[in-house]
Formats: sequence, structure tokens, C-alpha cells
Amino acid sequence: MYEFAYHKPASIADAAKLLAADGDAKAMAGGQTLIPTLKQRLAKPSAVVDLSGVKELGGISVGGGKVTIGAMTRHADVAASADVKKALPALAALAGGIGDPAVRNRGTIGGSIANNDPAADYPAACLGLGATIKTDKREIPADAFFKGMFETALEPGELIVAVTFPVPEKAAYMKFDQPASRYALVGVFVAKTATGARVAVTGAGSSVFRWKDAEAALSKTWSAAALDGVKASAAGLNADIHGSAEYRAHLIGVMAKRAVEKA
Amino acid sequence: MPKVSMTVNGRAVSADVEGRTLLVQVLRDKLALTGTHVGCDTSQCGACVVHVDGKSVKSCTVLAVQADGASVTTIEGLAKGNELHPMQAAFKEHHGLQCGFCTPGMVMSAVDLAQRNPDPSEHDVREWLEGNICRCTGYHNIVKAVQAGAKAMAAAK
Ligand SMILES: Cc1cc2nc3c(=O)[nH]c(=O)nc-3n(C[C@H](O)[C@H](O)[C@H](O)COP(=O)(O)OP(=O)(O)OC[C@H]3O[C@@H](n4cnc5c(N)ncnc54)[C@H](O)[C@@H]3O)c2cc1C
Ligand code: FES
Ligand code: FES
Repeated sequence: MYEFAYHKPASIADAAKLLAADGDAKAMAGGQTLIPTLKQRLAKPSAVVDLSGVKELGGISVGGGKVTIGAMTRHADVAASADVKKALPALAALAGGIGDPAVRNRGTIGGSIANNDPAADYPAACLGLGATIKTDKREIPADAFFKGMFETALEPGELIVAVTFPVPEKAAYMKFDQPASRYALVGVFVAKTATGARVAVTGAGSSVFRWKDAEAALSKTWSAAALDGVKASAAGLNADIHGSAEYRAHLIGVMAKRAVEKA
Repeated sequence: MPKVSMTVNGRAVSADVEGRTLLVQVLRDKLALTGTHVGCDTSQCGACVVHVDGKSVKSCTVLAVQADGASVTTIEGLAKGNELHPMQAAFKEHHGLQCGFCTPGMVMSAVDLAQRNPDPSEHDVREWLEGNICRCTGYHNIVKAVQAGAKAMAAAK
């Protein structure tokens, strides 16, 4: 790791100021992605701005048909939250399936979606539920947030404050784990909402995406059988030692059906 | 140079560190607590698991400055004098180790599980130890040890 200056601000305003004053400074949430990146010397920030002292970034609130999760909320706390389990069990289960317990004790929702790993779990919930990402500057709908591989709509220095999920009628997430890392080889989040079905796919492409053909079929009839004739295209999907693009396309269909059954 | 102060195994300690100094480096190099191992240094193996404020973390993936003000427990903090902690005793009893390299991390992860779930099933244990890799045992005896250790911890309460 290259050496860096370390700051631990106590407010969003102070954190934003530190990041604005130094273009090479980097925010740190749980550090579960950032620290490994720094160790590999893939990044050389002049300063690390630790967000863990910013109380305004924490907390879970449920009510009015919405679940709001503060950016610094750890995966383990979302998984264990009685309120989230009751209002949006699919989200609690998703958080409880990320990595391993030590990673869940440190990693945060804000860090996960800011990073937008193509195989991360939370982006699928954000897109599948049509969440709103609140930053220190604006509110961004999930549909406009995830731009591409490790790329988001965040401006340099912009901070995620919280994520608000509308509570659907039904939802579920099914992931086919890459057995060594527990990241999704393919993960599918399905939601039945008042305005139709939403289906978000992670792990399969360069970034999370919506599977519109499945949404159309499920909006007509919400059942696993409704997906029988619907095939995901392998064009542009990831291919690596863990699976070909065709295999991933097949898994999308399988995971989507299982998710509908589970919802 | 930032200064960190924390409680390690009940003892107040402080050290001058760099921003980039890892928690495991403070534990091993500054405090000579070499029971916490570094297997991979890439967040995969779990040999470095310690508790920070009662929760298991990979100390190779936590900066020392992030643990400022925290209470840290390492494998050295479990036994009471010559009396092994019930989880350590269960690993010995059930042959939950061979070379022992992964054991400190296994035991620390297992204690965290047992504190939440006093009677974990085999499946619970295997899921929980997802982030702890063992090259020797094939895991079966580790699972047995963790189940027995959790029961012993509950009984000792
Ligand atoms: C062994 C292992 C297994 C894992 N398995 C999975 C898995 O199965 N599924 C999965 O989804 N993830 C997995 N992860 C990733 C994990 O969930 C990380 O915690 C997550 O990707 C990053 O969150 P963090 O809080 O640690 O962020 P950090 O590492 O601290 O930060 C990541 C990036 O986000 C930026 N950032 C952080 N917070 C904010 C904010 N509030 N506003 C703006 N930018 C911000 C940082 O500047 C940095 O660029 C795994 C990680 C490890 C080490
Ligand atoms: S040394 Fe920390 S996880 Fe392997
Ligand atoms: S006992 Fe040798 S690595 Fe586990």
C-alpha cells in the first residue's frame, strides 16, 4: 500500500469538504473493497476519508411503504434487522448472503453500490426494486445510477447518504454463487410491484441490468411458468473460467424462475 | 503519524502507526501477539480473524486507525490462564486442527457464531465458516468441534 493521509470527519459536510478540496482523496466505508485495492496498488489516493464517524450516514428506517438504509449500514445489520426482515425479507436475505460473516460485519451498502462490482448483490436489489439513491447533492433513481462496469452516476467527491427501497407486493433474490468468492456468478432479483414486475440481473453482464422480456411476461402472469418460453440472450454476457456466456444466459432463466417461486 | 489507542485482550494499548498500517500488523509486530496469522493477505482465508467490539473481522482488511477506540480480542485473549476457552478445548478434543495455521481464525469465527447461535446445525457452521479456509483437515472435525464448543459455551454460561 502506498502511504496516505487519514481523515475521520464527523459530518457529511466535513467529509464532502475534504473530498472536494483534494481530487485524489478517496472515501472509505467498510474498506472491504478499498483496502484490497490499495494493497494491490491499483489506487494511490493522497488521503483516505473514513466515513465511519459520520452518524448521519447510519441507520435503518421503515415506514410509509418504504425501507431506507443509511449508506454506512453494515451488511450484517441489514441481515439482522427485524424491521427489514418484516417489511422486505428479500433484502435482509440478500444482505445475509454477501461474502462471509467477517465481510458482512464491515462491508456497507453505500460502499457496495458506489463500487458497482458487476457481480455484487446490492445493485440487483436497487435496480430490481426501483430504489432511489440519495446523495449529498441529489436523488438518483437506480435506473440512472448503475452506468457500467465499476461505473456509477456519482460525480467525483459525491457521497451516497442513503438508499430508499419501495416495498413491493412480493420480491425475492436468488443467486448462483461462484463457490470460492460467494460473489454472484448469476443473481436475479424479482419484484412484483403495483406498476408491474421488475427483474434485475447481476453477475452475468458488465453491470447489473433489467431483463425486460421477463418483466413483460411476469407483468402479465406472475408465475414461474410464465417464464417458460422466455430466453435470455447470451450476447454480450460475461464468459470466464467459471462459465460461458451461454451458461450464464441459461442460469438467468433458472434463477429468475426460482426467485419467482420463492417470492 | 496517527496514534491509535485500543483495548487489546483487556489491556489498554496505544501505538504510533501510518495511515496504511493494518490492524494485524499492530497486533503481530507492535504487540507481539503472533497468534493471529496472515495466510493470504487478500481477505480470503480468515486466518487473521479477530473480534473488534465483539464482532469477527479480518484484521488484514482493517486499518489500525479504523480500530482506534475499539476493544479487540485475539486468540490470546480467550484462555483464562492455563484453562483453555471451551471452543479451544473443543478443537483439541475433536481434532479440529492438524498444522494449526488456520486454527486461531477458525476459533475466533466460531466463538462469534456461538455467541449468536448456541446450538448451530452442521449447515449453520459450514455457512458461517465460508470465509475461513483450512488446507489440512477437510473441515469435518472442525464442524464437530464448533458444534461441541458452542454447546460447552452455552453450558458454561
Ligand atoms: C472475501 C470477500 C467476499 C465478498 N463477497 C461479496 C459478495 O458475495 N457479494 C457482494 O455484493 N459483495 C461481496 N464483497 C464485497 C463487499 O460487499 C464490500 O463490502 C463492498 O463491495 C464494498 O463495501 P465497503 O463498505 O467495504 O466499501 P469500501 O471498500 O470502503 O469502498 C468501496 C468504494 O466505494 C466508495 N464509497 C464507499 N462509501 C461511499 C459513499 N457513502 N459514497 C460514495 N462512495 C463511497 C469508496 O470510495 C470506494 O471506492 C466481498 C468482499 C470480500 C473481501
Ligand atoms: S490473512 Fe486475512 S483473510 Fe487471509
Ligand atoms: S489445520 Fe492446517 S490449515 Fe487448517
